[in-house]
Amino acid sequence: MAHEETVYDALANAADDHGHWAFGTGFDDPLAGVDTTVPEGVDPADLGTYCLMLGDDALVLAQRLTQWVTASPELEEEVAVANVALDLLGQARLLLARAGSTGVLGRSRSQATDSIPDEDALAYFRDPDEFRNTGLVEAPGGDFGRTVVRLLVASTVRLALFARLRGSRDPVLAAIAAKGVHELTYHRDHAARWVLRLGDGTAESHRRAQEGVDAVWPLLADVLTPTDVEQRLVDAGVAVDPAGLREEVEGVLTTVLERATLTVPAWPAATAPRGRSGQHGPELAELVAEMQSLARQHPAATW
Amino acid sequence: MVTAVTGGTTRTVDDARVVAETVTDPELPMLTLADLGVLRDVRVDDDGTVVVDITPTYSGCPAMGVMRADLVHALHRAGFADVDVRTVLSPAWTTDWISEAGRRKLAEGGIAPPGRAPVRAAGPVPLQLGPTRRTADCPLCGSADTVEQSEFSATACKALRRCRSCGEPFEHVKEI
Repeated sequence: MAHEETVYDALANAADDHGHWAFGTGFDDPLAGVDTTVPEGVDPADLGTYCLMLGDDALVLAQRLTQWVTASPELEEEVAVANVALDLLGQARLLLARAGSTGVLGRSRSQATDSIPDEDALAYFRDPDEFRNTGLVEAPGGDFGRTVVRLLVASTVRLALFARLRGSRDPVLAAIAAKGVHELTYHRDHAARWVLRLGDGTAESHRRAQEGVDAVWPLLADVLTPTDVEQRLVDAGVAVDPAGLREEVEGVLTTVLERATLTVPAWPAATAPRGRSGQHGPELAELVAEMQSLARQHPAATW
Repeated sequence: MVTAVTGGTTRTVDDARVVAETVTDPELPMLTLADLGVLRDVRVDDDGTVVVDITPTYSGCPAMGVMRADLVHALHRAGFADVDVRTVLSPAWTTDWISEAGRRKLAEGGIAPPGRAPVRAAGPVPLQLGPTRRTADCPLCGSADTVEQSEFSATACKALRRCRSCGEPFEHVKEI
């Protein structure tokens, strides 16, 4: 076929009910044609909540990373951070769409107009207390040293989790995880190489990397304790028990930090899950408000 | 043979497949979606709807919406009235699915094609602390003496390299 002159021509000519492709148009459902039947014996509300947890981790970290665009130390790193954020945003879309397919929409559906697909309603029309991300991803990025340490820790946890989630009884989650593993592998390696470079670099880069480590490590307390929802889904063969990730996560992080000549802090004592239960700091409210401002001001906008 | 709903003439699934296989990738326009391995299946349902399966390359690939629109548009223009483009997530796409013809077209278009994708076992993913060892021949002069400039580039699927022989920069589709 003769290609359209521009992408916009192709979209404008698309024989779709909505001739635009953008937020709020419902142009593209990331799970179109995917069988979203909930596996037998699994509570749809539990499955949906679990998808929110994993989707919100990706959405919030993507937003944090995107804050480095136009502010990164070098152009190549800016492109790298944007690419990693885009992968995470894609994972978030798939997971929030999966959450929506189970009917877990909270207050978002009543606030979003009908033409807005579920994943956009969940991203743009939930309040901060409805987010289920852990405290690890919502903390401000700090300087570049702290940013790459957090990316290392967050992608190590997520890769360990997704590698196990490939065996989930929910085929949609298993497929999203199998795809995500390819991406998280190079996210983690990229962050690890930066931690090596900074930790084993100059006195100043070492100092900043160590400060990043010392600031990020306590956030691990909110990551590895399962909520009741996760526990039920672990029993049903759908979810991964985060407590079971500690050995792998600790092993990987210790390897990187020791090679980077950084001091490994004591592992924080486990606490009752906060982020997964909807308890967040003021930093998340600020992040969510910025992310949602356009959609909330112009809820029916298309462009 | 199941036939598709068209403007009067009888068309087969093979006709629909020929049309779908001509649709090109919006970001790598020298490749068809079939060359890229994104087009997984074309079939005709009992009610005459042409069903096309596509799979995303990366989770965040922003081109999926355009691919869907291009496929629907091409099939409509060829006279197929009812078209349903569906996403298939499993198995996950890898660069090994890029066809031989696709690899040749990439190189002709100045983009180095990927090598073999890494083998992935079921257990924990091993950490790789050294630089990713990729090799790619320069698509412009053929030299093997090339060096990676940036692991990330204009799209998620490509790295940026430079040829030490002819001095030209070029893009390389990363193995994934």
